[in-house]
Amino acid sequence: MEKFEKLNGIVVPLDRPNVDTDAIIPKQFLKSVKRSGFGPNLFDEWRYLDHGEPGQDNSDRPLNPKFILNHNRYHEAQILLARDNFGCGSSREHAPWALVDYGIKVIIAPSFADIFFNNCFKNGLLPIVMERTVLDGLFQQTADTDGYRLLVDLEAQTVTPSNGEPIGFEVDTFRKHCLLNGLDDISLTLEHVDDIRAYEQRRQQEAPWLF
Amino acid sequence: MSAKTLYDKIWDSHIVRCGEDGTALIYIDRHLVHEVTSPQAFEGLRLAGRTLWRQGANLAVPDHNVPTTHRDQGISDPVSRTQVETLDQNCDEFGIQEFSMLDPRQGIVHIVGPEQGATLPGMTVVCGDSHTSTHGAFGALAFGIGTSEVEHVLATQCLIQRKSKNMRIRVESELPCGVTAKDIALAIIGHIGTAGGNRHVIEFAGSAITGLSMEGRMTLCNMTIEAGARAGMVAVDQKTIDYVQGRPFSPTDDQWDQAVLAWTDLHSDDDAVFDVELVLDATDIVPQVTWGTSPEMVVPISGKVPDPNDEPDAVKQSAMKKALAYMDLESGTAIVDIKPDKVFIGSCTNGRVEDLREAAAVVGDGQVAGNIKLAMVVPGSGLVKQQAEQEGLDRIFLDAGFEWRDPGCSMCLAMNADRLEPGERCASTSNRNFEGRQGQGGRTHLVSPAMAAAAAIAGHFVDIREVQRSLPQRHGVHRPRYPLEG
Repeated sequence: MEKFEKLNGIVVPLDRPNVDTDAIIPKQFLKSVKRSGFGPNLFDEWRYLDHGEPGQDNSDRPLNPKFILNHNRYHEAQILLARDNFGCGSSREHAPWALVDYGIKVIIAPSFADIFFNNCFKNGLLPIVMERTVLDGLFQQTADTDGYRLLVDLEAQTVTPSNGEPIGFEVDTFRKHCLLNGLDDISLTLEHVDDIRAYEQRRQQEAPWLF
Repeated sequence: MSAKTLYDKIWDSHIVRCGEDGTALIYIDRHLVHEVTSPQAFEGLRLAGRTLWRQGANLAVPDHNVPTTHRDQGISDPVSRTQVETLDQNCDEFGIQEFSMLDPRQGIVHIVGPEQGATLPGMTVVCGDSHTSTHGAFGALAFGIGTSEVEHVLATQCLIQRKSKNMRIRVESELPCGVTAKDIALAIIGHIGTAGGNRHVIEFAGSAITGLSMEGRMTLCNMTIEAGARAGMVAVDQKTIDYVQGRPFSPTDDQWDQAVLAWTDLHSDDDAVFDVELVLDATDIVPQVTWGTSPEMVVPISGKVPDPNDEPDAVKQSAMKKALAYMDLESGTAIVDIKPDKVFIGSCTNGRVEDLREAAAVVGDGQVAGNIKLAMVVPGSGLVKQQAEQEGLDRIFLDAGFEWRDPGCSMCLAMNADRLEPGERCASTSNRNFEGRQGQGGRTHLVSPAMAAAAAIAGHFVDIREVQRSLPQRHGVHRPRYPLEG
């Protein structure tokens, strides 16, 4: 997994609650057996005016000019501002894969759906929970300022607007450690092979019907 | 020892080791696998040169991409076909038991697991699918995971987790006639919102919950994910044990006795403390219909499409306006005046035999209304289909003008050929009314099986309580007698 330490990036505001994983990456693109290449179909039904299918050349499809990601000022965005319950719905990891493939590295929202939140950390994508009132200010500043950027520092656990004070955020110690060092969970778990075997032996005595 | 919730008990009995920062390595007893979220996980194993930790803990079945007609002719969409074939190949290569597409036991993974006894009380059950919460109905801890975690479970039989908080929702009193587990689920989501359960495991309790059949409990736990919770669960009682007994993967002989003894402890202690507790009165619940594009956008059948101007929260108000535009509905329209174009009865939420019985009882000798372009019934598994056919339910549906299909996820998420066309409106027994979920531009109204059946016959939504008052008697609900082997 790619490391995440600091990012100074353009911010794009997606001002609607309950953005679900079906919207992030529609189901027809889930038929792929690969992990990459989902970026051009991120938010496909909102981003394009026609119906997208896998394997299509997306470069000449009609873009929906009203959709925020299609606004010129947000083209290089790497930080997504979102609303409550972002990533709800299906557990598809294709959703963080699509966001990462598009170039998004940080999502800031008042709340996230649990499975999506977990999936982000497995893919070097940092989800930041921020109080609604503070986030409202960032939404406003993003709308008011062309090329609005934020500096996200994971080590310091701060989000800093270019002309403002740092805003602190919470992050799980273990997940922070993994992101900062680009660690793979499976390798970490396999350091505890003896513990797993010991658990299985004990459990087999207590509950043999499970084996 | 301090009092524990059901979730605490299962969590504690699955800790392999605790990290210093509150994360834990949790052992997984059952891993269910389907074709959509697993290929990249198997590929990851291959690339890292890893093998399965414990083959026998896995059970696989293709469900999302399978066609529901002319299955003997294979899958016509080449991309869907590749995904299903990839599952077959991966199961062969890694030695995982699979009920492949033409196996009579094939079906939706969350219907197949319990039906086979692969889901047992007290287990940790995971699957790369959010509706894994279904299995919590058995007093199991069951939750959906992403593909990285699928790979993690395949390689280690464990997951790195942080414990969720405890929430209990008690639904007391007897459910009124015509009100089902689906209505309880939608009413709860309407009450607490789709983020209401975030970071919590919800235990459902109270007399209305213990009064539900195991299939009703599965419907309720299935929808827990739509309330944003990590998992939903119901304590084990005699109904749980009766349901599990005699199924192919269930324990037998001495191990059965030992298991039943252990399972009697699978309930929250009397003085267990919950972080959040809610109590609802079942007699207040009315059959529910969603009007918008999130399951929390739901009203009673007796209600009207709401007015965004009555919503004080600006973010919610704007979401309501977007939903009304997408759904092509006007505020103030009576729900009973909404006319679907299609009706879908099925899914991991409502594709079990009791659901089909409830729908068939409403259909009776009626006919699908002329304005309904398609009414389809998709049984949740091959064994559900067989059972329904033995009871003659297929004849009731076919005679009324419904299509009677082969099992799979079908139009719940439209990954196969079953879908809504842009602008079409559907009365659906599935779980999500998101934009585009049942087909791009499709408009979904979530309802119970009885409500969907009634809408098919009337051509518009109707209050099932009024229909059922006129029925001779409710279709008896008895324990399904599944053929145990395919």
